[in-house]
Amino acid sequence: MTMFASPEDARTRLGAVDYLTDPGIATAVFLADALGKPLLIEGPAGVGKTELAKAVASAASAELIRLQCYEGLDESRALYEWDYRKQLLRIQAGVDGWDEARAGIFAEEFLLARPLLTAIRRDEPTVLLIDETDKADVEVEGLLLEVLSDFQVTIPELGTITASRRPFVVLTSNATRELSEALKRRCLYLYIDYPTPERERDIVLTRVPGIRAQLAEQVVRTVASLRALELKKAPSIAETLDWARTLIALSADELDEETIASTLGVVLKHASDHTRAVKELGLPGIGG
Amino acid sequence: MSLLDRHTGFVRALRHGGLPVSLAEGLDAARALTVLDLADRETLRAAYAASLCKRHTHRAVFDTLFELWFPVGPAAETEADAADPTDEQPGGAAEGGTTADAEEFRDRLRELLLGEDDIALRRLAREAVGRFGAFDGPSGASWSAHLVGRALDPRTLMAGLLRAVLGGQLPGGVAERNARRMIQARVDRLNEHVLADVRRRLAEERGVERVAETAVKPAVENLDILRASRTDLIALRREIQPLAQRLATRLTIRQRAGRHGRLDFRRTVRASLSTGGVPLTTHHRPRRPHKPELVVLCDASESVSSFAHFTLMLAYALREQFARVRAFAFIDTVDEVTRFFEKPGGDVTEAMRRLTAEANLVRLSGHSDYGHAFNVFVQRYGDVIGPKSSLLILGDARNNYQDPALAALAAMVTPARHAWWLNPEPERDWDTGDSIAGVYGRRISMIECRNLTQLGRFIGELA
Repeated sequence: MTMFASPEDARTRLGAVDYLTDPGIATAVFLADALGKPLLIEGPAGVGKTELAKAVASAASAELIRLQCYEGLDESRALYEWDYRKQLLRIQAGVDGWDEARAGIFAEEFLLARPLLTAIRRDEPTVLLIDETDKADVEVEGLLLEVLSDFQVTIPELGTITASRRPFVVLTSNATRELSEALKRRCLYLYIDYPTPERERDIVLTRVPGIRAQLAEQVVRTVASLRALELKKAPSIAETLDWARTLIALSADELDEETIASTLGVVLKHASDHTRAVKELGLPGIGG
Repeated sequence: MSLLDRHTGFVRALRHGGLPVSLAEGLDAARALTVLDLADRETLRAAYAASLCKRHTHRAVFDTLFELWFPVGPAAETEADAADPTDEQPGGAAEGGTTADAEEFRDRLRELLLGEDDIALRRLAREAVGRFGAFDGPSGASWSAHLVGRALDPRTLMAGLLRAVLGGQLPGGVAERNARRMIQARVDRLNEHVLADVRRRLAEERGVERVAETAVKPAVENLDILRASRTDLIALRREIQPLAQRLATRLTIRQRAGRHGRLDFRRTVRASLSTGGVPLTTHHRPRRPHKPELVVLCDASESVSSFAHFTLMLAYALREQFARVRAFAFIDTVDEVTRFFEKPGGDVTEAMRRLTAEANLVRLSGHSDYGHAFNVFVQRYGDVIGPKSSLLILGDARNNYQDPALAALAAMVTPARHAWWLNPEPERDWDTGDSIAGVYGRRISMIECRNLTQLGRFIGELA
């Protein structure tokens, strides 16, 4: 019941939904699926980590269930919760005897399934995306360990729920903190770096319709030069695409110094990065 | 060697190279091999990387070892050998590669550097190593990447290539810069291929394990800062920001963990309204975190300036964690350098450059004089250090045989809440030559701090 037949198959099918892979990405996606292990993706911001999960979902026509991590995320937001307001109403609506009430209020009807439980209970193909895992507290990792190693959840009142079909799990992280060794051990690891200029050019050509190959080439080469500078925030793929779109909107055919200087704000978002790029690339000063 | 032996050998080599590969991960990798088509080497590499290499900084070590344990198949090699039957004869080959030969190689290389064909580039590298790289080592045949580099000399091709890439465009400006980067990236690829092939040949001669021992470089966070080369320094600087971010997150978590302030009565009552007036959850005021003031006094002389640079960068990247950071630098006299860093969104690299150019650090000789620097500090800035401040001195304690001024050091250490001295030299070198680490170490706790791991650990505990 796997989604992909081989790394090559993963590559073509992800390519069909406009996600261009390299051998590393295609193999990791295929293995995560074939071995039934979660896939932990790290890398700089904006290289398409979350996008990969979405692409896998649409390539395998699976549903995407997303758990966005943040500080203070807890079990009741990630796993499940009893709807106690509804339970109170049920009791007030009138029940005879304690036994009936107990049986009545801990039923399926009063259970609020959160992303993790929802993903485990589904019978159809599912992609579970746990986004920005590093933002969550350390305790959440403990919770994930249990869920991701056995794909089962124990609810005291209802018993243990085991996944009938393992979801394809993607965890992403920006490495603002080191994830625990235990979690890393249970996952396959994929580091997505900034793409090579050749791959980035192909991405621009796929995602920005109507761009000429030569302009795309100039854009990705310049972005590569910018990334080589010591900047606070290097331009991401998303920003490269924005830049290409901007140039199309301005109907520029050439990316010369003037054009770079006037549109630099699309790719660099810090004042100090600006000054540095202008100095190092020898651009004309901005705004006189 | 069977596939299983190769697998276990590779896993052992990775562990030896510093990657924490657990038994379960080794099993995962083996399981991955059973579902894959093993004919494709890049797929194999990706599968091993996904299951064994779980930290990006380990990737360089991983790739080096992978090249050694899973070299490109012998098919390509016979092809290369057939092209030149004499190439494996050591000794003669280095001289045998005539100038005309080298010219022919350089012509082919010029073509390849303009294209995008990585496999052809690798084939060329392998042939070139066979032709030019062999020499007679002390223990039999040997190969050297240096000899290949000298014969091919890709740098001298740069001008011609640039002209070809730029076409009719004017030289200079962004276009040239982009082209130069592109060509340089391919030349780097070529050099990597050459190095990998040299290692492969050496491994065939002497065994994989022995070559693996010398081929592995430490990961960037374990690099010795004082011994780092220029490219290493750039890699190190790139690591500072992520490291600071990780530290800041860890500190915030620690400050918050399990510590609640007083009960927030108003919010608790307000929240209880949604549960019919029963206060199911209590709300608390946040605790005010304790923030120390940091006073950094660093030796900015040539020998240790790179270390001072990193520590200041880290301290300023973490400045939210401190109530205030004040920085002082000295060579043989002291100047306050806080002003270079305080501009919001400022550029620390730029600040370091201005610091060396503009700050008043040298009185006489330009050699470090800790004693005089301490005396001047106490006179001029003595009141900076108070009961809230943590004092941090950075330097190798090599005093050029001057007066250590222990009284001045004591006058700095006593009023401070905490005081540490970070020494970037390995502990075994302390007290050798003109180092008086031991003398100072009795007055102030001196800590060895040679790489980013140690630096990060120290700063994390400090804040």
